[in-house]
Order: sequence, then C-alpha cells, then structure tokens
Amino acid sequence: MKAKIIITPKKAVLDPQGKTVQSALDHMGYKGVTGVHVGKYIEIDLVAGTDKAAATKALNDAAHKFLSNPVIEDYRLEIVD
Amino acid sequence: MNFAVLQFPASNCDQDCVHAVRVLGHNAGLVWHKDTSLGAVDAVIVPGGFSYGDHLRCGAIARFSPVMQAVKQFADNGGLVLGICNGFQILCEAGLLPGALIRNRDLQFRCEQVYLKTDNFGTAFTSKIPAGKPLMIPIAHGEGCYFADGETLAKLKANGQVLWQYCDANGAVTEASNPNGSIQNIAGISNDRFNVAGLMPHPDRASEAILGTTDGRFIFESMIAALQVKSTAKAA
Repeated sequence: MKAKIIITPKKAVLDPQGKTVQSALDHMGYKGVTGVHVGKYIEIDLVAGTDKAAATKALNDAAHKFLSNPVIEDYRLEIVD
Repeated sequence: MNFAVLQFPASNCDQDCVHAVRVLGHNAGLVWHKDTSLGAVDAVIVPGGFSYGDHLRCGAIARFSPVMQAVKQFADNGGLVLGICNGFQILCEAGLLPGALIRNRDLQFRCEQVYLKTDNFGTAFTSKIPAGKPLMIPIAHGEGCYFADGETLAKLKANGQVLWQYCDANGAVTEASNPNGSIQNIAGISNDRFNVAGLMPHPDRASEAILGTTDGRFIFESMIAALQVKSTAKAA
C-alpha cells in the first residue's frame, strides 16, 4: 500500500523553474504549451492492510503541517493498494 | 547580555553569530538542536546555513527540532528572536513569522554585497540604525525570494512589519536592486509583536571592518539596546 502526494506551487507564487522549463520546451520545438509547473512527488510506503480512511486523515495532516507549505504550495493525496 | 545561537546539523553561520555578539562585548553560546531548553538567555539567534541539508524545503525539518519548541515558548513570552538567512526560513516555516522564502527568481545562488533600506526604525532590531543610511550587508542564498499573499502583505505594510527592503547604494528601492525577486524587495520582516524578526542578508558577516562593512552591527546593537532597556525596567 502506498500514499502518493503531489505538491505543486500555488498559482500566485513565482515559479521560475516552471517558466525556465516552459521556455526550454518552446526552444526545443514543443509548441502549444501554455504553462509548466514544477513541483514534488512523494511516495510513502504503508503497511499492507492499513485502514484507508485513517491513513488519509493522518497523511492529510502531515501534508498540511510538514510535507507541503500551505503558504506557497498545494498538494494532492492519493492512497493506492 | 546573553545570546543563544542555535546549532542544527548543517548550520554554518553559528560560529559567525557567536563571534559577532562577542565582538560587541556580550556573551553568546551555542544551543544544540536536540536541547529542549535555551537556559537563561536574553535573546536567541537562529543562524544561517543549510539545516538538515535543506531537504524537503529550507527550514521545514529544523522547525520540528526539540529546541524550536523552546524558541516558540521564548518568543510567546516576548523574548527577542532574530533569524538570519536559513534562520529566517526556519522562523517562517515554524509560523513565528508570516510568509515563506522560495527559489530566487533567476534560480541562481546569489552571494554578494547588497544594500538595505530600513523601513521602521522603531523596533528592537532597528533602533540603532542611523536614519536614512542604506546598510551594506552581504547575502548568500539560493532560496531567499520572499513571498506572502496579498492579505498578509497588506497587513505587514500597514503594521510597519517590513523592516528592510533591498535598495541601491543611494537607498532607492528599485527592481535592479532586488537580488532574488522578493515581493516588494522585502529583505526582512518582523512579527506583529515586534519581538521576532528575520532577514536574508547576513549582519553576522558585516560586523567587523576586516569584512569590508560593519553595518550589520547596527542590528545587533539595536537588540542589545532593547534588552538593556528591558533589564533596567526589571531592576527598577
């Protein structure tokens, strides 16, 4: 069982990495890209059979307090078997 | 006065801060990140460096160190806390200061002398700074771009919590003098009680003539003056 957490910069926050990657894509000829946002992906291994609801609650808490910074980042949490 | 300088794994300006305080004739001692008490100290400096390797986010792991609980309590009781560079990042992550520090606008690590305009001279961190004098103090960071949302920023400005802005040698706050893309050139702020402050530039690296500038002294001297007023009031 795994938790997958995707962290991205908030829209209002300057994302120089995203901007740089976007312009590189453009230079390479990949057209039609309207935005790039560079974030983080965290995979957390959980004991098999962990209660999904309890894990979701605990990891939301961890993501809010520690894994992401709500001032500058958004996150999405998913738990998969 | 007695300063505690925190020491995390990969702090690298801890000794500089201790030295800067001692040069001014006061005591400073290191407090290890696993300690749960600060001891009998008058002020705390959270120094620069790369605590915990800057993993996850700068300061994100350090803020959960045992010593940070003691710092939070110290600050809640009105104690003076100054965060420099990584220390500023840690104080923001800990929620002791509003906002956050993100990657520099140009994605480069910037290590150079900058100038700072002081915006509020009436605080424990700024009272000894001569009015109208741009401070020359070096920066050395890759993640010093200050960000706060619109509401927080408006509150900071209305309360006079923006203590320093990046400026040019004449004190003009310009786009060209902003080394990292900080919102409104913000280099340092304080909390709304004015007992906790943080800044990205290093006053600890600007406290002796041999370093090319002594402007950083004004910040430590302001803290010392505020502590002396406090201790006189206590004695009376």
